[in-house]
Amino acid sequence: MGNILPKRGRWLLLFAAIFAIGLFAAACGDDDNSSSSKAAGSDKKVTIGFLYVGAVDDGGYNQAAYQGQKAVEKLPNVKVIKAENVPESAEAERVMEQMIQQGATIIFPTSFGHLDPAIKVGAKYPNVIFLHQGGLKTASNVGTYFGASWEANYLAGIAAGKVTKTNKLGYVVAFPISQTLLNINAFQLGAKSVNPAVTTTVVFTANWCDPAKISESVKNLKDQGVDVLNQHQDCPGAGIQAAEKAGIFSVGYHVDDSKLAPNGWLTAATWDWTKLFVDLVNQVRAGTYKVSQIRQSMADGVVKLAPFGKAVPKDVQDQITATQAKILAGTLQIFAGPIKDQSGKERIKAGEKQPEVTSLEQMDYLVEGVVGKIPQ
Amino acid sequence: MNFITAVSTGAVRAGTSVMYASLGEVVAERAGIINLGVEGCMLAGACAGYIATAETGSPYIGIVAAFAAGGLLATIHAFLVVTRGANQLASGLALMFLGLGLTAFFGRPYVKVQITPLKDYAIPGLADLPYVGPVLFEHDVLTYSVFPLAALLWWFVFRSRWGVMLRAVGESTESAFAAGLHPARIQYAAVAFGGALAGLGGAQISLAYTATWVENLTQGRGFIAVALVIFAMWNPLRAMAGALLFGGAVALQLQLQARGVGVSPFLLDMTPYLLTIVVLLVWAQRGRDAFPAGLNKVFRGTG
Repeated sequence: MGNILPKRGRWLLLFAAIFAIGLFAAACGDDDNSSSSKAAGSDKKVTIGFLYVGAVDDGGYNQAAYQGQKAVEKLPNVKVIKAENVPESAEAERVMEQMIQQGATIIFPTSFGHLDPAIKVGAKYPNVIFLHQGGLKTASNVGTYFGASWEANYLAGIAAGKVTKTNKLGYVVAFPISQTLLNINAFQLGAKSVNPAVTTTVVFTANWCDPAKISESVKNLKDQGVDVLNQHQDCPGAGIQAAEKAGIFSVGYHVDDSKLAPNGWLTAATWDWTKLFVDLVNQVRAGTYKVSQIRQSMADGVVKLAPFGKAVPKDVQDQITATQAKILAGTLQIFAGPIKDQSGKERIKAGEKQPEVTSLEQMDYLVEGVVGKIPQ
Repeated sequence: MNFITAVSTGAVRAGTSVMYASLGEVVAERAGIINLGVEGCMLAGACAGYIATAETGSPYIGIVAAFAAGGLLATIHAFLVVTRGANQLASGLALMFLGLGLTAFFGRPYVKVQITPLKDYAIPGLADLPYVGPVLFEHDVLTYSVFPLAALLWWFVFRSRWGVMLRAVGESTESAFAAGLHPARIQYAAVAFGGALAGLGGAQISLAYTATWVENLTQGRGFIAVALVIFAMWNPLRAMAGALLFGGAVALQLQLQARGVGVSPFLLDMTPYLLTIVVLLVWAQRGRDAFPAGLNKVFRGTG
């Protein structure tokens, strides 16, 4: 075989390759969307960076945050830089520094594990504001925000507790962190509030998005008699399809996936970050933003309940709507005492009010009625 | 379903994709070429299969597309290492990233598109057998095909004339050339076929197992397949066993959790790698005998 190309041919090939790479890079450059409107141009131009752990069209967590980014893009004099598939490692630091070099003064690191990298980079660039999604600690220029998705999961639990025939619910969870534990616990508490016999079996997949593992988990849960599936995954689509195929009910997460399960869909806890993101950006620009741990709830509109599927009977829908009204009004507290963990130990004493959100987010146990252990 | 049947059924479901990829890599490595880009080929197959199915409505056309896409991507590797004499490890890793990037780019518009998945066919009569029925006879066509394929490849590698040629090239391209073979052609064919099988493995995930396309759908299964080839000592039947062990580890952790038994998914995820290390330790000498000598070097042209 050997040198099938003459010398000149090789050079041509090299140039062609360089040209192709250049073209590709130019095409990718489109990602740096900038948009400005002429309506209100009094503000100084601001550059904002968004980091995502996955793809922004994952049909889940990242897509929900991306909707917020799109709302921010519509603000006047805003330039947005986005980076997808940013691992929760030192790589995130590099991406953030690059954004700062491009002029970013506000950065949204949107994944749980982007917090430590953000704090590290923040120490180097005190004039940049970092707004982290879901973080449990802050720094002088790193604030966090999140929403109480467990409120919606409590309501989904009511639907699940009502429609289940086997009294066995299943929850396919990525990692055991306080936010996933809160969702599982609220779901079980909601189900138990209407069906004392109900249990929730938890399966951890140790991955934010591995559709094959999610599908396998759903089949295994179905084998054990589970007939309602809930998930805490970045990409819940595969699990919902697997549940539909197995002929069981499903609860979604992050976005409305009802079209994937025309028969078994119940509802979902979904995000609407648009208003919060816009508010935060406006506050930072106006100089009124103070670093804090912002925690919004259903009442603020950050967390919403997706439309019910036909599998949820009308009277159950009404009951959930009534319960939702109580949560919005603050008269129903999901984690008011007594709350017992799996061993029966009282973690929140009888008569105690629901702890503050920041202390709820330290949750490290599963409540009574949840089957399965937190992997160490 | 009893525990053993449930885990075995899960092992077959979860192991099939890795089995395809592993069988393909056995063939490529038997020709003396290691392809670390199996993951990229799996992704190419998963994505191309999904796109073709979404566009045509037929998952069978998707299977053909997956086979072609995996094979095409692997052909780039063959070109680089066989024709251009590039470093196999570097080229393989580049191929993995190329596959990841290309599929992320071309797959993007299809993330939200639903497809008609490959259906499970329960084989009448056999599916009702106790224990073995659900384990072996309630699957999709890609899963059914992989077991006869493993047997066929074993026959091909160890019992056929073609297999002798393949192994000769894998041991020493010079000797094979002297014996009148065309080492480069055989290596091209082996690497492309290996990539095509990896493509089918990817398609089993996107078309049958999950009916989903998301970026990086295969989540490192291509690397597990490469590790399993060493575990299998370049024997297709052992590769089948290895893939079932991998599938079994996945199924076991999920089945145990579904039964409420506390088990660490982190620990069980390491199983395939631990198995490979154990094999390297225990069977080091025998493994060395099975090792195609050609993997020690990069073959450069014979003129």
